[in-house]
Amino acid sequence: MAATTSAAGLSIEPDPSSRPFLGRHEFAYRLQRYRRTWRGTVVISLVNPLLFLIAVGLGLGHVVSHPAALHGVSYLAFFAPGMLAASAMQNGIVESGWPVSRGVSKGGSYRVAITTPLESTDIMFGHLLFMAMQIALSAIAFVAVMAAFGAAKSWLALLAVPAATLTGLAFATPTAAFAATVSSPKVVGNLFKWVVMPLYLFSGTFFPVTQLPLALRALAYATPLWHGVDLCRTLSLGTATWGRCAMDVGFLSAVTVLGIVVARHTYRRRLYG
Amino acid sequence: MILQGLLIKFHDLHNCLRPDSKPLTLLAVDVLVEAVGLTKRYPPRDKHSEGFVAVDGIDLTLHRGELFGFLGPNGAGKSSTMRMLACVSPVTAGTLRVLGMDPAVDGRKVRSRLGVVPQDDALDSELSVAENLRIYGRYFGLSKSAIAQRSAQLLEFAELTDRATERVDALSGGMRRRLTIARALINSPELLLLDEPTTGLDPQARHLLWDRLFQLKQEGVTLILTTHYMDEAEQLCDRIVVIDRGVIVAHGSPRELIARYTSREVLELRFDAGTELASAEKIRVAGIGDRTEVLAARLLCSTDDGEAALGAVHRLGISPIHAVVRRSTLEDVFLSLTGRTLVD
Repeated sequence: MAATTSAAGLSIEPDPSSRPFLGRHEFAYRLQRYRRTWRGTVVISLVNPLLFLIAVGLGLGHVVSHPAALHGVSYLAFFAPGMLAASAMQNGIVESGWPVSRGVSKGGSYRVAITTPLESTDIMFGHLLFMAMQIALSAIAFVAVMAAFGAAKSWLALLAVPAATLTGLAFATPTAAFAATVSSPKVVGNLFKWVVMPLYLFSGTFFPVTQLPLALRALAYATPLWHGVDLCRTLSLGTATWGRCAMDVGFLSAVTVLGIVVARHTYRRRLYG
Repeated sequence: MILQGLLIKFHDLHNCLRPDSKPLTLLAVDVLVEAVGLTKRYPPRDKHSEGFVAVDGIDLTLHRGELFGFLGPNGAGKSSTMRMLACVSPVTAGTLRVLGMDPAVDGRKVRSRLGVVPQDDALDSELSVAENLRIYGRYFGLSKSAIAQRSAQLLEFAELTDRATERVDALSGGMRRRLTIARALINSPELLLLDEPTTGLDPQARHLLWDRLFQLKQEGVTLILTTHYMDEAEQLCDRIVVIDRGVIVAHGSPRELIARYTSREVLELRFDAGTELASAEKIRVAGIGDRTEVLAARLLCSTDDGEAALGAVHRLGISPIHAVVRRSTLEDVFLSLTGRTLVD
């Protein structure tokens, strides 16, 4: 081949399929984009929850106190880890819902990536890795601010970072699976109306679910957010037990893996259909 | 002995012409794409709809160095065929070999040696021109230095060097398309697939793009493009298949197709609406031209001598509002094959 196309001295990897984890290229792409767009995402993923924390810490927390229901801790110390889990949920859905639905749509970035040696599953894992990174970065910042407010009661609060990340992923992978099937990114907005808001309010973020009637309480226990809140809260307050952590981590991991299994299928179906 | 010596000589010559390539068997050098009975059937979307056959058993052989065109109206099955060739859409039935490999088995390997220019560009408008090239190069596993070197050449080729740091948002449609072509060349592909490369571009941008595609062909790249523009197929392609409703209705060089399916010239007559059918009947009865087609208020008469045919029409006492004699094009080929025009 001649000048323009043959590229003297350049060589393509002989067999791309023999290289480990091609999804790293998708991750690199997401990172490159993030350098351009991080300012916009910081507001929704970090500033909003921090405003909540400040409002509760300085205002609401002094009004609300119910020693029996809160087991003797301040409302701020009770609320902050709940908010950590809830904002991880929100980040998980925001970072997967719209980007994935745009990626699979006509003219989307996934459509370009599949014309290279990458396959749909590589793209999915690379993108999920990037989502995990974003969820973790927000959780780190949130836990740092919690500590600064005196809302973290135990060194175990450090483990709330991976706990919150897992919580976020338990929402990110099913959302990615769903977003790969929608015809328009607008549909993703419905998740906020029908999933995020009710979970926010009834999964133990603002008050212990023991305050709820039994039927609603049972429903709350079946949601990933309750397990995320429980995990983050018991770690932050230092009341975590092995058994309870194992149950919460097990539940969240199961939902995450289920999301991955379904997403593999919906990605493939959408991109190669 | 002599024959053997010649073969070795040929092989040496071949290798020194293409120093960057691995030695290939002589057969594999020539055929880049081979399809037999290639079929794409989409499953029904829901219980109420039926499945849809987009490509219905087409046969195809493509040789190295060719500029090959799929010509057909919207929905003819061009894009579905291109997606199968690009190894991003599984073949429903038939066999397909691209670069000698089966896409179902060696899809990754094949794709690493292809370039794809999608119809909708699919550039990342948040990133700069150079970043779009860099990201795509990374997908192929190219090193940073290789990408930098290759990007510089490609930006030059696409006449975008002075726009390298601009965001893609700021580019015109023609520039975006050239960037998309540059992006598809980042891995030095052996085969470049372009899906309607000039759709939506203004005439000047189209001509610039044609120049670039022609330059690539002269440099030895094999190209496949789809188009619903006859002039494009005529200007660029060595060989064309005309595809309609998922099947190949004709194939050959533009010149061959025109020679086979239409006469040398076309007399185009325009009438007051409502009078064209009667005039067409008179012309047919009088035996003017080889074939006469009526399209809305227009009448197209294929003939080897348009001026003579026009004279004959006037002698019949028919007076069209407007009359033009022009050279036959692939548009006329398509019309004579299907009875329909390409662009509705």
